[in-house]
Amino acid sequence: MTEAPSVVIVDDHRIFRTGVKAELGELVEVLGEGETVEEAVRATVELEPDVVLLDVHMPGGGGVEVIEQVSKARPQQRFLALSVSDDPQDVIAIVRAGARGYVTKTITGEELADAVRRVRDGDAVFSPRLAGFVLDAFAGDLPAEEVDPELDQLTAREREVLRYIARGYLYKEIGLRLNISVKTVEAHVSSVLRKLQLSNRHELSRWAVSRRLVD
Amino acid sequence: MSDHPEKLRRDTDRAVFGGVCAGIAGKLGIDPVVVRVGFVVITIASSGFGALAYLLAWACIPAGPADQAARRERTRGRRGSWRIAMGVGLLTLSLLLVFRQLGVWWSDALVWPLALAAFGVALLWGLTRQAPEPGAEEEAEAPEAVSPFAAGEPRERAGRVSRAMFGVAFVVAAALLVLWKAGALSKAGDAALAALVVTISLVLISAPFWWSMARRLGAEKMARVRSQERAEVAAHLHDSVLQTLALMQKRAGDPDEVAKLARRQERELRSWLAGGEPARPEERLADALRAAAEEVEEAHGAPVDAIVVGDAPLDEPMEALVAAAREALTNAAKFASEAGPVHLYAEIENGSARVFIDDRGPGFDPESIPADRRGVRESIIGRMQRYGGRAEIRSAPGDGTEVELAVNGGGG
Repeated sequence: MTEAPSVVIVDDHRIFRTGVKAELGELVEVLGEGETVEEAVRATVELEPDVVLLDVHMPGGGGVEVIEQVSKARPQQRFLALSVSDDPQDVIAIVRAGARGYVTKTITGEELADAVRRVRDGDAVFSPRLAGFVLDAFAGDLPAEEVDPELDQLTAREREVLRYIARGYLYKEIGLRLNISVKTVEAHVSSVLRKLQLSNRHELSRWAVSRRLVD
Repeated sequence: MSDHPEKLRRDTDRAVFGGVCAGIAGKLGIDPVVVRVGFVVITIASSGFGALAYLLAWACIPAGPADQAARRERTRGRRGSWRIAMGVGLLTLSLLLVFRQLGVWWSDALVWPLALAAFGVALLWGLTRQAPEPGAEEEAEAPEAVSPFAAGEPRERAGRVSRAMFGVAFVVAAALLVLWKAGALSKAGDAALAALVVTISLVLISAPFWWSMARRLGAEKMARVRSQERAEVAAHLHDSVLQTLALMQKRAGDPDEVAKLARRQERELRSWLAGGEPARPEERLADALRAAAEEVEEAHGAPVDAIVVGDAPLDEPMEALVAAAREALTNAAKFASEAGPVHLYAEIENGSARVFIDDRGPGFDPESIPADRRGVRESIIGRMQRYGGRAEIRSAPGDGTEVELAVNGGGG
């Protein structure tokens, strides 16, 4: 937990990779970088980082393609999407492909290091924006016979946690407000991530279909 | 690959129906059009037997792997091989004769001209497909210029001329045959029929060229549309991004101003990239809230993250909500933006709306609102109450401020 997590940074812009590296400083050990899908897959499989920091938009299929190819060789690999895009289609697509979180490129180095640590430990990381998308996608009631309550609906508590994330609160602060531990907050977010990845809710499958993630 | 003896496979890449003809053509190394024409002629001549054979072949021949590039190369390499064309012709002829012998037959006056005309058109058709088309779209035709064939340019040309002549000859022969048969039937020598036959054969001969011309026109139009789109993008980038970059260079000494410019440009570019409908802050609550956040950000140079879930039409209570939210955002931007971005989160469902404005600023004691922030009571709490909504301000010194605004929807 205390040891600095290791990452591979994948982005097609060198200037951006350098920036992230500088911001992360000592907090995270940067093992390598990838500029193309091919390079990223090779670096990840060779270097076996705790977490891959992944750009959504790259020539040759983007982050989704990297996840698909790496997962064949290293199914346990964890990914954190890092992007300027806030198009729900992109964001939902990469999370459904397997990323354990999504943060925007405007995040501070410290917050990013925190997010990386969290993903390494198997938790999910939601930016306020992603929390907003999820609340949007899971809004409204479905006809009872079409609902898989395990996957297609958020619990009241999960909704509350997401709402606080959308309002810009950190897990620690959310825990204080809801009178629960940070671990419990993390558990709620992980559960939402699972629903986000597996649910067949109309909005989600629409976003996924338009990216040919499901047939 | 091309020398390797392959089993007969259906070519699903170039299929019209099941890919049977394309598969056979691939195996023989000829243009699929020739095989297709053969099939059609046989089908008509045999009153449907060919179609049955086709279905049978569809069922029996397995689909081939999709390596169209290799197969196309094969076809290309051997295209124009007269021996194979002759072979297919003779094969069709003999099949037709067999059918004729068996009695599955319409009439000599129909089948023979049909067969001749079909082969003529097939030859001419292949010719236009082969002809290099400047600016044409299909990559399939594009490598023609660099194929090994290009070396024998004059030979190629001669082949095409002779092919065209044969095509025309076939069609003319078909026309003559029809006329001759018709003349044999009615001594009158019908002028109208003659004119009709001549017209049809002219149409048949020229159709492929008209077709290719139409296609070329279509491609030209597409290119024009594309260049127009490009010009539009260039104009947009020029008006927005380049202008902003120039401004930023001028203001390089003022980091706040540069950050503000960059953020505004980012927002503009995002909304432009997202395409979609243009925002309607006069009519929709979600757009109005986002617009208010942008305004405050602009006016105070403090980043505001606005996340809005759901939407509703903008009526009077909702307008009050937006105004109160703007006031709360302004306060946060003025007093608390040092400690990180101000967050606005709005949840709109079934005509009800809840808006949260959070900051990490120094906070204050709501009971003792300082004189210069009197506005809070009136413009936030009072305003919401007048429209049947409510406003709550939670803050403590050193612990940021959160403002919650709520309006219950028109229905309830």
